[in-house]
Amino acid sequence: MASKPTTLYEKIWDAHVIEQRDDGTCLIFIDRHLVHEVTSPQAFEALRMAGRTVRRPELTLAVPDHNLPTTARIDARGNRVPIADPESRNQLEALERNAPEFGVKYFGATAAQQGIVHVVGPEQGFSLPGTTIVCGDSHTACHGGVGALAFGIGTSEVEHVLATQTLQLRKSKTMEVRVEGELGPGVTSKDLIMHIIGTIGTAGGTGHVIEYRGRVFEEMSVEGRLTVCNMSIEGGARAGLIAPDETTFAYLKGRPYAPKGGDWDKAVAYWKTLHTDEGAAFDKSVVINAAEVEPTVTWGTSPEDTVAIGGVVPSPDSFPDASKQRAAQASLDYMGLTPGQRMDEVEVQNIFIGSCTNSRIEDLRAAAEVLKGRKKHPNIKWGIIVPGSGLVKMQAEEEGLDKIFIEAGLEWREPGCSACLGMNPDKVPSGERSASTSNRNFVGRQGPGARTHLVSPAMAAAAAVTGKLTDVRTLS
Amino acid sequence: MDKVTTVEGRAYPFGMKNVDTDIIIPAHFLKTVTREGLGKGAFEALRKDPENVFDNPAHAGSTIIIAGDNFGCGSSREHAAWALLDMGVKAVIAPSFSDIFSGNAFKNGILTVALPQEAIDRLMEVAETDPIMIDLETQTVTTPFQDRWTFEIDPFRKFCLSEGLDEVGLTLQSNAAIEGYEARQRTEQPWLASGTGLAA
Repeated sequence: MASKPTTLYEKIWDAHVIEQRDDGTCLIFIDRHLVHEVTSPQAFEALRMAGRTVRRPELTLAVPDHNLPTTARIDARGNRVPIADPESRNQLEALERNAPEFGVKYFGATAAQQGIVHVVGPEQGFSLPGTTIVCGDSHTACHGGVGALAFGIGTSEVEHVLATQTLQLRKSKTMEVRVEGELGPGVTSKDLIMHIIGTIGTAGGTGHVIEYRGRVFEEMSVEGRLTVCNMSIEGGARAGLIAPDETTFAYLKGRPYAPKGGDWDKAVAYWKTLHTDEGAAFDKSVVINAAEVEPTVTWGTSPEDTVAIGGVVPSPDSFPDASKQRAAQASLDYMGLTPGQRMDEVEVQNIFIGSCTNSRIEDLRAAAEVLKGRKKHPNIKWGIIVPGSGLVKMQAEEEGLDKIFIEAGLEWREPGCSACLGMNPDKVPSGERSASTSNRNFVGRQGPGARTHLVSPAMAAAAAVTGKLTDVRTLS
Repeated sequence: MDKVTTVEGRAYPFGMKNVDTDIIIPAHFLKTVTREGLGKGAFEALRKDPENVFDNPAHAGSTIIIAGDNFGCGSSREHAAWALLDMGVKAVIAPSFSDIFSGNAFKNGILTVALPQEAIDRLMEVAETDPIMIDLETQTVTTPFQDRWTFEIDPFRKFCLSEGLDEVGLTLQSNAAIEGYEARQRTEQPWLASGTGLAA
């Protein structure tokens, strides 16, 4: 009997249903749980109060990232540098206590494996195709890049997963974002996902899980796929998926927590079944023409406020309804931009290359390629490069990328979330602009009053060279 | 969690759309290890404007927020729900909510009520002068002026809210089923069960 064609999401979902309630709510098994210092202390505390344990500590991996300063963590005498901010220190120490108390594997602040959870998971082979992955962080969607159903959860859900290794969930709707054709030269995965969000809007994927389909994704590196899936939440979708393939398997093979020996072969045989069947129906479908995607920047305070670098700041009047017009005007007021202004004439003072979206080795290589033999423009007061993990940092140093950045006048930092959300000391000053490879240009996201323009790593590097938003393709 | 049956009171006519959780509670307030006291940081950037609705004495003590669509988008921080609770908010009415925020609100007994924009426009007017009533049992929103709208809510969430259930306790009643799943996974997908036990 031929079974009904199903989507990749439905396959992963169905494989994780423990039981279904009459009202449609499902108890879903969680294969992998990533934990960081900001959204976990209240969850561990609740377990302690209720006398509960972590059900499957070996399926849980803890690593601090949000709070850590990105300056040196070990001094010249080999001693650990304490965190100056007492609240940050307190939160880090809570995780340092909680992980061993509950038997959870922990990569500490000075470990080579430490980094941003969403860089660490795939890098360690902890994030695997076909798994359910959760973390108290909305950018967990990232792990969809290796074909995992991965989504962000709140702290109460962190507690629930720690205690039960499950979540009570309702099935999402399915959404296909199909990209046809090929990306032009100099156009990256970051430009593509920003263009997609600009097209579907920040609520376009709400209630849905997005599957990205088309040859562009098949030809994309795993790093690029992680960048795309990472920003699914910016399009309202709790998760994004790209079907695993030989590129994924090659990326994962030999990583510390990836299956070994006979288990590897069994795993790959299963992973090869993880794709959307021909004829499977999606609840919603969007088609994007890759040839229309240009190097993309944001002009406003929502990730949907995108425009090609060759474009201009839009006029609020150009939006269809009154509430959108008001939102656009408020964005322009905050950003200090005027309608009609050319994007490639907007001067920036700060450069941030990093975040779970763009801090992998490929991202750093792209930035280094632009910066090689060049210096930052005098406009640039502050420019930092924050690798996604200690291992990315080591790899970059092996390739000499750190020297390129330093010679260009930028700072080479320790791994962490950094200026993406400004929880640590890395912030953009009020009223100043940044060209940032992060994922959110919200009001105050990079610091109170900070004005963020989201860009790809190559575009951030180009802005560092010219002191303004710049089409990287014009730098020969 | 306390049982939730009705929310009745004055409301903040806020109206803003795409309210992200960075707006509700900015990152520098996330360094806490408890759930309490976050009300002081709620809507910090907006409250720098002396005209802001949250500090308007006419709306002091409001328990409901009326907002535009896509409320609670962005970061998954449950601190956003804790901050609202701490400022006394027990319900948010908006045309739509982000999935993660509505889950976090529910876990903290905050009702997220989705109503069409026309209803929001009307409630923005009512909120200026009068209270609003939300009844979970009948799934209705009413005003003293005979306005009445019904809203949808996930039956499981309604059940948990009206019973004040501890969801972890509820799930652990299914322990045998979870154990059965784990045993099956160990046999059929052995590479998943070892997790971080794999490497030294």
